[in-house]
Amino acid sequence: MSIQVRGLTKRFGAFVALDDVDVTVRSGTLTALLGPSGGGKTTLLRVIAGLEQADAGTVVIDDRDATRVPARRRDVGFVFQHYAPFGHLSVARNVAFGLEIRKRPKAEIAARVDELLHLVHLEAFADRLPSELSGGQRQRMALARALAVEPKVLLLDEPFGALDATVRKELRQWLRRLHDEVHVTTVFVTHDQAEALEVADEIVVVNGGRVEQVGAPDDVYDRPANEFVMRFLGPTTSLDGRLVRPHDVEVLGAAEPGAVAAEVGSLRRVGFEARLDARVAGSGDVVEVLGSRSDPALRDLRAGDRVWLRAVGPTVAAASAPRSGTGGAPEPDPSPAADAPADVAASSGASVRGGVPA
Amino acid sequence: MAEAVLTTPDDAAAPARDVAPAPRPVGERRTGRHVVRALVVAYVAVLVVLPVGVLVWRAFAPGLDAFVDAVTDPLSVHAFRMTAEVALISVALTTVLGTIAAFLIARSGLPGMRVLDALLGLPVSVSPIVVGLALILVYGSTGWFGGALESAGIQVILSVPGMVLATMFVSMPLVTRAIVPVLAARGTDEEQAAESLGASAPVRFWRITLPGIRTALVTGVVLALARSIGEYGAVLVVSGNIQGQTETATLRVDTLYQTLLQPDAAYAVTFVLVAVAILTIVATSLLRRSQGGTR
Repeated sequence: MSIQVRGLTKRFGAFVALDDVDVTVRSGTLTALLGPSGGGKTTLLRVIAGLEQADAGTVVIDDRDATRVPARRRDVGFVFQHYAPFGHLSVARNVAFGLEIRKRPKAEIAARVDELLHLVHLEAFADRLPSELSGGQRQRMALARALAVEPKVLLLDEPFGALDATVRKELRQWLRRLHDEVHVTTVFVTHDQAEALEVADEIVVVNGGRVEQVGAPDDVYDRPANEFVMRFLGPTTSLDGRLVRPHDVEVLGAAEPGAVAAEVGSLRRVGFEARLDARVAGSGDVVEVLGSRSDPALRDLRAGDRVWLRAVGPTVAAASAPRSGTGGAPEPDPSPAADAPADVAASSGASVRGGVPA
Repeated sequence: MAEAVLTTPDDAAAPARDVAPAPRPVGERRTGRHVVRALVVAYVAVLVVLPVGVLVWRAFAPGLDAFVDAVTDPLSVHAFRMTAEVALISVALTTVLGTIAAFLIARSGLPGMRVLDALLGLPVSVSPIVVGLALILVYGSTGWFGGALESAGIQVILSVPGMVLATMFVSMPLVTRAIVPVLAARGTDEEQAAESLGASAPVRFWRITLPGIRTALVTGVVLALARSIGEYGAVLVVSGNIQGQTETATLRVDTLYQTLLQPDAAYAVTFVLVAVAILTIVATSLLRRSQGGTR
């Protein structure tokens, strides 16, 4: 049950939410749409679900052109960011909803609801109202409700966005296991790069209404296509005009080919890490280096020592002035946008995009 | 007078709010509470209990036979029937049209919805007499449409259609104003979820939207019903208050009291109206309690 999106364009007034987007989601995979708020990822998800109409482009689901198919006939399971539970119906009735309106036999519905509640560990809560559930339980209920109708694809909008950090980590591992069990083609939206790297088979980096890069987590992390992807996937520092990750900077005691001379500014130990600030001779650029505190190359350094620095991991050309060391890490969104227009209205994406050449 | 009594459900049916007192020293809080309680009791006693109590007493003072005679007088019975007819027709229409208007205002996103909202709210701030006169200007036999309608055999003014129109006009905002805030606060997430689960528009409305706004809708309809039964001014102007024809119960009270100088009969009819109002309040709170768990 693959998804092919071709040439998708969507505007909200003057704002271009999606700009000629092409994405292919292979059958059976768990794909993350990763990007900053307002980057268009939620809009893309809603267009795939049919909850939003694109201005141009096509959506093909399971080799069938779904562009003009209404949402209710797309066989798409959608889990909303705030789960959209039916407040007047019990957990079991929420899950049964899709089957009830399809007029399936009562016994079949009851059996299927039992099975799904078991799958999401809510057997004991069948008769509760959604308002009596915790956020994580509501989320799992919404997931069971979406899975009940055996959708061809499952779409999740910021599935863990509204949960606290601990529940978030638990649930994302649970989602991974669930996907391995159920095998339905799944696409989820997130602005958290750790979530995408940990859970997804494939990551689509979306920014400013465009796809920046598509690939397996390792591809995207080890071979970032551009400065935006590099910055978005974690902290970066600038070394000799190129962006590199602080833990990919090697500290040498003597000059070697490709290494840049620098002077140690400060060395701090934080937990198991050692953080070094070094000033490059000549340019005066400050490079941040991250290593293990037991690393012999770092252990005995003092302010003023001369070292040589060399990138040992992926680098990309830094088109803009270097920003503070942790520039690329996306700040957690304090109030996740409720739906597409709000998502689109948020302009925080622009600040992350700042350094990307047009 | 009857109208004043009948609009009390307005306050009684308003959604209960939990007013959390600001944390203060215990003694001070207690005194404050006693003062507030005494004020409320005094207010209710002076404005509600005392007048209604006196009314009940006066209604039955001449004896039960006199009360029964007054209430079963053919003209009074006709007036009750008239009130029931006008109130039921207008509440049915107001419920449907008011709900549609509420959806337009809260969900359609069309331009001019704020103006529609303001216009629907107009009867709340304008005197019902003005409403009645305006209807006569349009539908009266010398009005804009009146002549044409009359030659088609439809008489609006001085008959039931006009009275229903006047009653709807004054009770419609009670329905829309009850629903609009709830619709706006709910958003459309649940409907979208239902849509992605395969629900068609009618299924979404009946199974998701309507249960979600049910409490607000019931509140609005009960207020509209109370207002319809109690409406006096607009109906007086439009109906012409013809005894045995267009006279409703509230108009009957006025006729008995002012024109026929039969105050005891007027109190008896008023008592029936008060009883209906109280029954409405009780029925609503029972209905609310029975669905208290769901919303």
